[in-house]
Amino acid sequence: MKLLKLVPDNTNIKFLRWRLPFYIVSLILMAASWAAVATNGLNLGVDFVGGQMIRATFVESTEAPVAELRDDIAGLGYGTPIIQRFGQPNEVSIRMRLPEGEDAVQVKDLADQMTNAIVGEMEANYPGVRIDGVDSVSGKVSSELFETGMLALLAAMVAIAIYIWVRFEWQFGVGALFALVHDVSLTLGLFALTQLEFDLNIVAAILAIIGYSLNDTIVVYDRVRENLKKYRKMPIEELLDLSVNETLPRTIMTSMTTLMVLLALMFLGPATTFGFSAAIAFGIFVGTYSSIYMAAPILIWLKVNSDSFVPRETATDKQEKIARGEI
Amino acid sequence: MLDFPRWKRIWLWGLTLVGVFMALPSLTMLAGERWPSQLPDPEINLGLDLAGGSHILLEADTGQVRSLRIEAMEEEVRRALRDADPAIAIGDISTANGRLSFMVEDESQVDAAREVLLPMTEGVGLTGQRDWTINVVDGQRFIFEPTDVGLNQAVENAMDTATDVVRRRIDELGTREPTIIRQGDDRIVVQVPGLDDPQALKALLGQTAKLEFKLVDQTALPTDIAQGIVPPGSQILPFAPDASQQGAIAVRRLGGIQGDQLTNAQQGYDQNGTPVVNITFNQEGGRKFAALTTANVGKPFAIILDGEVLSAPNINEPILGGSAQISGGFSVDSANALAISLRSGALPIDLQVVEERTVGPDLGADSIRKGVLALMIGGAAVLAFMFASYGRFGLYANLAIFLNVLIILGIMAALGTTLTLPGIAGFVLTIGTAVDANVLINERIREERRRGRRVVQAVEVGYREAQRAIIDANVTNVIAGVLLFLFGSGPIRGFAIVLIIGIVTSVFTAVTMTRMWVAGYLRKHRPSDLNI
Repeated sequence: MKLLKLVPDNTNIKFLRWRLPFYIVSLILMAASWAAVATNGLNLGVDFVGGQMIRATFVESTEAPVAELRDDIAGLGYGTPIIQRFGQPNEVSIRMRLPEGEDAVQVKDLADQMTNAIVGEMEANYPGVRIDGVDSVSGKVSSELFETGMLALLAAMVAIAIYIWVRFEWQFGVGALFALVHDVSLTLGLFALTQLEFDLNIVAAILAIIGYSLNDTIVVYDRVRENLKKYRKMPIEELLDLSVNETLPRTIMTSMTTLMVLLALMFLGPATTFGFSAAIAFGIFVGTYSSIYMAAPILIWLKVNSDSFVPRETATDKQEKIARGEI
Repeated sequence: MLDFPRWKRIWLWGLTLVGVFMALPSLTMLAGERWPSQLPDPEINLGLDLAGGSHILLEADTGQVRSLRIEAMEEEVRRALRDADPAIAIGDISTANGRLSFMVEDESQVDAAREVLLPMTEGVGLTGQRDWTINVVDGQRFIFEPTDVGLNQAVENAMDTATDVVRRRIDELGTREPTIIRQGDDRIVVQVPGLDDPQALKALLGQTAKLEFKLVDQTALPTDIAQGIVPPGSQILPFAPDASQQGAIAVRRLGGIQGDQLTNAQQGYDQNGTPVVNITFNQEGGRKFAALTTANVGKPFAIILDGEVLSAPNINEPILGGSAQISGGFSVDSANALAISLRSGALPIDLQVVEERTVGPDLGADSIRKGVLALMIGGAAVLAFMFASYGRFGLYANLAIFLNVLIILGIMAALGTTLTLPGIAGFVLTIGTAVDANVLINERIREERRRGRRVVQAVEVGYREAQRAIIDANVTNVIAGVLLFLFGSGPIRGFAIVLIIGIVTSVFTAVTMTRMWVAGYLRKHRPSDLNI
């Protein structure tokens, strides 16, 4: 049986030759992402800003009447809703701010009234509408969710960098951390640009991206470490190229298989998973790219060399060598 | 590396089979079939985002505990000093500023008062720390202040009781497998699968159901009440919105009885067919109620629920039978809810809903069906791809992935963890890393073969060299997973738990199990070349 090979044997692509232009492009993209987050903002879901979210499916139509729905709900006097399609074109999410009230209890009562009014209005005007879910998150809880989410993310990233530092060298820790920051930034940029809803599930997706990208980076780094021990005299640029080329078949193969699962989940899976499958799929592209172009070249600039992994020659070693007549 | 004695093979297969067996009930459930009930059935819990249902996060008003304790202390102090021999008179009682202060009228009784009161400040715990501090200022004024230790203990007890009460109330609703967990210092999470409309549930949980009977202060002038002028020793309470009377009424603060000493509460009807709640006191409650009504025939008393007056009927005759009827403009539903609340006991602390999520059961079922289908198609593509790329070694990898999925499901079911949408993201990631482990190994074997190593050596080197990267990658992911579990909330934890379990099992299946199979193949067939 002839086996499939995605990448020919013994490739020798000079990846690192273009490191500077790629770095510049990446830095620009990162800056653009942050700018997009700053100007457009993330379309934060009720998890993070509080409020009511109603999800509904218009079972009998192929497309949800978003514009009319928006007018109808705005006409109820609770403010203008944010209405978005998600997944199928006949599925929508309707988000409302929490109404103002004197205390938490009153806000909750008003919010319940509001939800009932909106659901009643929808059921009266659009026969065949199915209410799929209602989320209601108070301001206090939403800010807590945001804080714990960010804290978890930061703690995980720092701990990862420390582990890599211990197992490899500090330069590798910095490189891995930088690649992670790069991936997370671009993903956030994507969400700022597309205005896809950003909720707790997306935080989980970003975590999956971090996990994947890290795995990729470590595979490349592991080969770098191995080659540093093996070819002590090889110039670092050549050595990094060799390492990336040697791991290339694996990189492509793994990205392909993971993407297959994600594409299936995106286009065949439930509407609720679309956002986060899309986020992870995007992150896999970015993560693969960053392992090659972000994580590897940074080692050149941080001046990694084989000394880090080769034990120093001690005085006794030297005496033994002299005794053996090697020097 | 390639040496697998029989005992090791038996062990590895045994572990795998246990994992797979634990997964079977969950698989039949996901396929929509029933698992025979006579077999042990650790099914995986599906999160509400997948199965549909209601998630409600309740938060307690812990500040309330302080004022309730001070109120209770006031009654205790009054009773203790009144019952002392000789009785000690006190005055100028204040419960403002989070403390209880009062004057002992006769200066010569201050020491006697201290003697009586001191034992009341001791904590219930074994730590020997006091629940209250007592200070005597200006010679005659006693100041009681609750200590933090005592307060924390009180909040802790109140939350435990509240959790029990919530559980009893939900059990009364007869819903399927609710989850009720305390979270943090002041929160309770309630999850009820399959519940479509959470309104009834929320109404039930939001009601503190503190029932009190207090005498109406008939000396208070209606004009004073309207202006909010409170007669000494009384308090002004509003009527409930549905009560037959409107406005507010003054009642005596002390000397009433609590409605917590009940044996039963049922919804019923009065002679006019209006819904009411019939309550039956226990022995002690019945005795107190009889005493109160006997001593106050002809006077009105207020029936108070959660600080609102339901009605204020006249006591026409002593009520000695130990049962009473509460009316207050109820509907059948609200009377029923009140009956449930009273039966299950009052909440020791007010709870309010701070987060609520409902997923319709249709959507949930739909999500599962589509999700399972998508994962099966995606998975099949991966398996086909692996086989096309690595031949026999691809088959081993595929078998490992297949077993891995089953074992993850099995462990999750056995541990009683919940599979949520983010959990599926974790699944995709772990399957990705499991596939990756085999890709790493197989690519390395290819590489070593190209460099001219002999078959057995190439396999050995392949596993040894690939393993280093696999371990490093997985340890970092486990570190991340553990931190996410510790710091994260809800969905993030759902992701982390799958990640942690999945990484451990994927190293086991993708590295150890495949190595055993490859070793078996090499020993049996002794191939001179590998098609990889």
